[in-house]
Amino acid sequence: MTMEFSEHIKTANVDDVVLKLPLRPALKGTLCVTAHHLVFSERKEEGSYQLLLLLRSVDAIEKSVENLLGYPQYPSAGPGQRMTGLSGSSGTIVIKCKDLRILQFDIPGMEECLNVASSIEALSSLESVTELYPFFHRPRELSLSEPWGLSSPQQQYAQTERLWDRWRLSKVNRNFSVCMSYPRTVIVPCAIDDITLAKAASFRQGGRFPVLCYYHRSNGMVIMRSSQPMTGANRKRCREDELLLQAAIDESEMGYIIDTRSAQQAQQARMAGGGFESKAFYHHWRRLHRHLERGKVLQESLIKLVEACGDPSQNMDRWLSKLENSKWLSHVHSALSTAGLVAECVERDGHSVLVHGFEGTDTTLLVTSLAQLILDPASRTFRGFLQLLEREWVQAGHPFRQRCAHSAHSHARLRQECPAFLLLLDATWQLGRQFPLALEFSEVLLLRLAQDAYASDYGTFLCSSEQERCALQVKENTHCLFQFLLRREEREKYVNPLYEATDLAIWPSVHPQSLQLWTGGQNMPKPWTRLEKRSGLL
Amino acid sequence: NKHVIRGKSGVEQVKLLDRFNNKTTTGTLYLTATHLIFVESNVPGAHEIWILHHHIASVEKLSLTTSGCPLLIQCRNFRVVHFVVPRERDCHDVYSSLLRLLRPVSYDELYAFSYNPKQNEQQREVGWQLIDLTAEFERLGLPCDQWQLSDVNRDYKVCETYPRDLYVPITASKPIIVGSSKFRSKGRFPVLTYFYQEKKAAVCRCSQPLSGFSARCLEDEHMLQAISKANHNSRFVYVMDTRPKLNALANRAAGKGYENEDNYSNIRFQFVGIENIHVMRASLQKLLEVVGTRSLSVNDYLLGLESSGWLRHIKAIVDAAIFLTKAVTVEGASVLVHCSDGWDRTAQVCALGALLMDPYYRTLKGFMVLIEKEWISFGHKFADRCDQLDGDPREVSPVFTQFLDCVWQLMEQFPQAFEFSEWFLIQLHEHVHSCQFGNFLGNSQRQREELQLKDRTYSLWAHLLSEQHNYLNPVYSPSFAERHPVLEPSTQPWNFKFWRNMYHQFDRTMHPRQSILKHTLTLKESNSKLEDTAHTLQAVSSYLLSSPLRCTNTPLQSLSSLHDSSPDAPDGNGGERTVEGSSATENGYGELQSSFSSKNEPAMVSLEFGVARMTC
Repeated sequence: MTMEFSEHIKTANVDDVVLKLPLRPALKGTLCVTAHHLVFSERKEEGSYQLLLLLRSVDAIEKSVENLLGYPQYPSAGPGQRMTGLSGSSGTIVIKCKDLRILQFDIPGMEECLNVASSIEALSSLESVTELYPFFHRPRELSLSEPWGLSSPQQQYAQTERLWDRWRLSKVNRNFSVCMSYPRTVIVPCAIDDITLAKAASFRQGGRFPVLCYYHRSNGMVIMRSSQPMTGANRKRCREDELLLQAAIDESEMGYIIDTRSAQQAQQARMAGGGFESKAFYHHWRRLHRHLERGKVLQESLIKLVEACGDPSQNMDRWLSKLENSKWLSHVHSALSTAGLVAECVERDGHSVLVHGFEGTDTTLLVTSLAQLILDPASRTFRGFLQLLEREWVQAGHPFRQRCAHSAHSHARLRQECPAFLLLLDATWQLGRQFPLALEFSEVLLLRLAQDAYASDYGTFLCSSEQERCALQVKENTHCLFQFLLRREEREKYVNPLYEATDLAIWPSVHPQSLQLWTGGQNMPKPWTRLEKRSGLL
Repeated sequence: NKHVIRGKSGVEQVKLLDRFNNKTTTGTLYLTATHLIFVESNVPGAHEIWILHHHIASVEKLSLTTSGCPLLIQCRNFRVVHFVVPRERDCHDVYSSLLRLLRPVSYDELYAFSYNPKQNEQQREVGWQLIDLTAEFERLGLPCDQWQLSDVNRDYKVCETYPRDLYVPITASKPIIVGSSKFRSKGRFPVLTYFYQEKKAAVCRCSQPLSGFSARCLEDEHMLQAISKANHNSRFVYVMDTRPKLNALANRAAGKGYENEDNYSNIRFQFVGIENIHVMRASLQKLLEVVGTRSLSVNDYLLGLESSGWLRHIKAIVDAAIFLTKAVTVEGASVLVHCSDGWDRTAQVCALGALLMDPYYRTLKGFMVLIEKEWISFGHKFADRCDQLDGDPREVSPVFTQFLDCVWQLMEQFPQAFEFSEWFLIQLHEHVHSCQFGNFLGNSQRQREELQLKDRTYSLWAHLLSEQHNYLNPVYSPSFAERHPVLEPSTQPWNFKFWRNMYHQFDRTMHPRQSILKHTLTLKESNSKLEDTAHTLQAVSSYLLSSPLRCTNTPLQSLSSLHDSSPDAPDGNGGERTVEGSSATENGYGELQSSFSSKNEPAMVSLEFGVARMTC
């Protein structure tokens, strides 16, 4: 343990701590604070219960102390007697986790309680990425020399032979100089050279120029994604950007641009320098707007939902109106129906699609990855799904660091938190409910991913872009979650025993009656919620 | 036997509109004495819809459109069909024929009296003997030292809506019973309906007392005392009034009311607040309106669900059943349950409570026994509530539907606890309204005897048992029952859900496209076939080993024939054409094929309107 960590730990061990969990009998044992974990071990001869909680997964901590003797301190007591004066006191810490679990510890001794609480506060909010647990997690069975990650644009390209005559790999971003949030290599139309790409990138927010993310084998149509074009108030245009999009489709073809903003939002974005592809300059592209909420609205929706679930009154009507008021299921609905629209354009209508919103790092990825789940049988396998997440979220530059800094319980002021990834997992769960045989992975995998996106033993969800991961040498110094999950003994925990591969598209029903609240994900008290599953050690 | 509509056997070129998308099907409409039939035209293996006249709740002629005359038919099994008949005259003929056919005025017109499943007299008799309530009370350990079978109602003299056989405390003499019955609405005095042997605690049921503001009845007080004394485990008996307190108070002005704790020694009185039949009728009406809306938004759905109050009512019934169960199983106290007349809410709570307490009722046969006892024998007014004859619309109420809904909520929480699946519940719901079998006809046992149902109609129980493989729950675990004899459901609001498979059973686009249930059943079936094959192979190999000299080609032949008879994919929907909805396979939980084949339709994507019509 380095010095910096131990500075934060004033009391490392407390005995006779009582752990209270919803719907479980209270447990008594020893609580121990380490640099990255909170360890609770029940003192029992056999079958004793242990809890290993990653401190990073603490979203909020509430403490209360009380002096059971009824008076604060002996007035005449000297400094040496202070501790005995507190011996009748105790404290309670309530820990609300990012995965929405709630744990309560009753700790004898006010000072111990306050010490433990302040350690948790400090150690759960370490700023530096390299101080986080993935940089220290060294399980015996894994080696750092093992491959990190499952796929790359190169592999994707190499495996899709039919891409080769019209699409190429470009290393225009090899130094991350064209787009900070893109990987080094991307797939673009053959007809467009790197100089044109760089110019097109300068016309897109954050340099996120249109790149291919999915090739539909049955008809050769593609899904691309980007950020918004920076047309601004004076309707600037960019020849290179227009050429790039034109090169993605045939002369005679039509393409669809699915803008994840409302038409009004897209108009307003021009005032801030952003904008949309105007019909006049992009003749062969037709723009459709589907408003998906993002950022703060989505985060607040999750907070309201979790609040509603925590309401102790068991009133049916209050529950339904709170659920409605959270709007969470509406967001699930919009995500699925927009993805369905994209899939419909590609599969039923036979057109290529470009998806973007503002930055192209949140709702855009939500829509493109869900559309792939609907269309592509390969993405519904265990490995294929993890590859999809890797391509569409990790490598595509979803800013996990900012988006998953806090979850629904935190009292911290919201900055850039947004549960877009959680929404993807929820929508995927809905697909799994409607097509229980079609996905090779089970709900347990989705829950695991939800947990790890916020706090993990592994490096996969650290940082916000490939560039950052390279700078911090994440791949050299952490283990890869996806590789770990694919190990045979791990994989077994997450597979869907009913899986039967189908080559067909799976069109979800988006009637409100067909959507369900994902209670497993909201971590509501369920008898089979196993706490131990968090740790890889126990 | 098709009805002739104006010289033609059927009306052609009728369009059937899907109520949630723009899909239309063209076909021919036929009318028979019992069914309205729609046959899709020009399609090999054409889709057919059979609608029993008894299932039709309303027929409406909407205003004329350019394509024809629309006819909207709403059914009691929640099917809604929207036809467009090209010619107004034909439409009117269908409409007026239906109006005539769907309002039977006498029992003799009901389907059950003409339905003939090709069984002989003996089979019919056996069918009616399958469910035996005397055996059920024996199973509960009755009669015993504290409870006896009373013959006071042998001739329906004391209470005409009760069954003949009633169990009462041994200390309750005839004068006490008669006196008590005179002090109870419709003469429905307290009798035993379930006995929890482990604690010797009884669940009793009755109607409200005629207490008004101050009336008392010593016999009734004695009756409750006798119930209390029959249980040595508890010093008091709970009296659960399942009505909201306000309703009970209002009843006092009409000379009815509830038990005054001061007059009855050793009772603990409790209101549980389940609303009356009128509130429930309006609630379901509202629910169906909400979920029948086209392009319903998620928010309107949730708000509509809330304002319908349906789930609140469901929860109230489950809450009451949990209260009953706890009182009996944890405290070991006897409980007397009543509402106003003791045939609606009382039946719901007693039946659901028994289901929580006793794993037997969670088996297929046990559930039939439970319904036979709590609902049929104790006089739930099926004829009135389900509108079997053209009666008072204010008597119609989805009380039994609610009970089935509550059972489904429990199934969702305890998937391994029930031997039957939700399709069994849906099938029951179907037949409560179909009037195809005799079981649910009429309002009381007495009436059923007068109608001579056992001689003139068939029993649903025999029918359901004969095709029980359709209704089995593949993940049922009898050992779960051993570990959890008493179910303790959670009453967190999110555990109460909208029952899509019931209220949208005919709106196929709304369902999960792949069914775990069906898949598991197919797996089980192929598993048992493989096991059979293995057994045969074993037999063959031992035969070969035991008699090597007789190794002719006989065994080989049997091997090859065996191979033929075990196809890779056992067919799940085998069987003949049946009346729509009358068997589980017809209810379409194998949706995958049709939803996937719909992919091959010409693309009619109207992106303009922004509706991702993934469901067409």
